[in-house]
Amino acid sequence: MPKNEATLDIELPLLMEAIYRKYSYDFRNYSLASQKRRVIHALRQMECPSVSELQARILREPETFLQLLQYLTIPTTEMFRDPDYFLSLREKVVPLLRTYPSLKIWIAGCSTGEELYAMAILLKEEGLLSRSIIYATDINPAVLEKARKGIFPLNRMRAYSANYQAAGGKNAFSDYFTAAYDAAIFDRSLCENVTFADHSLATDSVFSETHLISCRNVMIYFNHELQDRVLELFHESLCHRGFLGLGSKENLEFSRWGSFFEAVDKPWRVYRKK
Amino acid sequence: MTMDVTAEVIADVDALVCERGHDIEAIVLGASAGGIGALLTILAPLPATLPIPIVIVLHVAEDKASRLVEVFSHHLAPQVRLAEDKAYVATDTVYFSSAGYHLSIEKGRWFSLSREEPRYFSRPAIDFLFTSAADAYGGALLGVLMTGANEDGAEGLAAIARAGGVTVVQDPDEAEFATMPLAALKLLRPDRILSLQQIRTLIYRLEIPDAG
Repeated sequence: MPKNEATLDIELPLLMEAIYRKYSYDFRNYSLASQKRRVIHALRQMECPSVSELQARILREPETFLQLLQYLTIPTTEMFRDPDYFLSLREKVVPLLRTYPSLKIWIAGCSTGEELYAMAILLKEEGLLSRSIIYATDINPAVLEKARKGIFPLNRMRAYSANYQAAGGKNAFSDYFTAAYDAAIFDRSLCENVTFADHSLATDSVFSETHLISCRNVMIYFNHELQDRVLELFHESLCHRGFLGLGSKENLEFSRWGSFFEAVDKPWRVYRKK
Repeated sequence: MTMDVTAEVIADVDALVCERGHDIEAIVLGASAGGIGALLTILAPLPATLPIPIVIVLHVAEDKASRLVEVFSHHLAPQVRLAEDKAYVATDTVYFSSAGYHLSIEKGRWFSLSREEPRYFSRPAIDFLFTSAADAYGGALLGVLMTGANEDGAEGLAAIARAGGVTVVQDPDEAEFATMPLAALKLLRPDRILSLQQIRTLIYRLEIPDAG
């Protein structure tokens, strides 16, 4: 094994331990391959010669840690990504959600908010938004702030609009935002009942009983142990027969919590608590 | 003449198998443009039972990727599957990566998917699979980089070489698109530069060590 790589393998867990003990962010059970790539990328961007030096800096400079945090999380997301997932929610989950007088919905790992606005639009069109409370949580305060603002690049709207239509959208997608220069500013009323919160799936516990949890492409960054923790958390949060939606390439098969859920729509990863 | 060349080629491949074959615990393959034909050529003779798992990143348009498993299942004897997030790497299987996600192999020898930015406009990236597999398997890995019209895979193959694994580049003179093999040859000296027929023989000999 070459010397430099072995050193990196020593440094990475030490950096994650330092981050955890200093800032309580727990990246210790993330999958290592992508974590390693992201730290190497951060080193280049932050012009830091080694992980050990980065560690020394983040321990003393909270602002440097916040900078690193942006590289440690993956904010790639889009509105109505995998339209069939949202179509499945509309057709297979919404009819059952209608039976509740009030709803609590949790977008776990909401990132910059694209999934949140997609969900809010779907609920509005199904007449459920006014009786829903939506929790939008993430560990990264910078992305939560973006989600709260609801301003997205205008040049993405054409793609989002196509997704929206494919997801069973009932109106014109442009009804939901105002274009200003190169920005699309989303209708504030979509967020009237949204609570934005800093919540860590790795360290925090359940905060509310929920009817639907959508957590897409978050657990792909976790190892088996952390995935188990999160599924246990979701199981605890979900009401009797509550729903869980995952990313289209995620699955419950390799977790011991998998048997506590049943598939509502397997291809589109919609599950229900047994 | 042809017979002599073939014999020589087989002797060379056999030398590599003798030298390193017993170490190899996984095979990773990377290809882009021209890759479907190349992969079908090298994998066609394999039987259903594969002691060494084969993991492939092949760049294809996202809408076509879902059909890869179908197409290859039709032509190959071993089980062909998409590599699923958090599944352990298993023998007797040829794995493809899902479109729109990067594929890595973790040190515990399980797959992880990721939505990091595309690399060389590609997601999955060959570099990410190769580099992570080098970490997971060290010297017990064979990496083969084949035809393609971009430079993905070269760095990954170099990582495999650094970790002590066996590296093979398809002969650029023969490759349908030479950019990818040439990019690798610029970055490293692989253990072998081989034709598709030779790569086919190499993988066959590794998977069936008793084959004459």
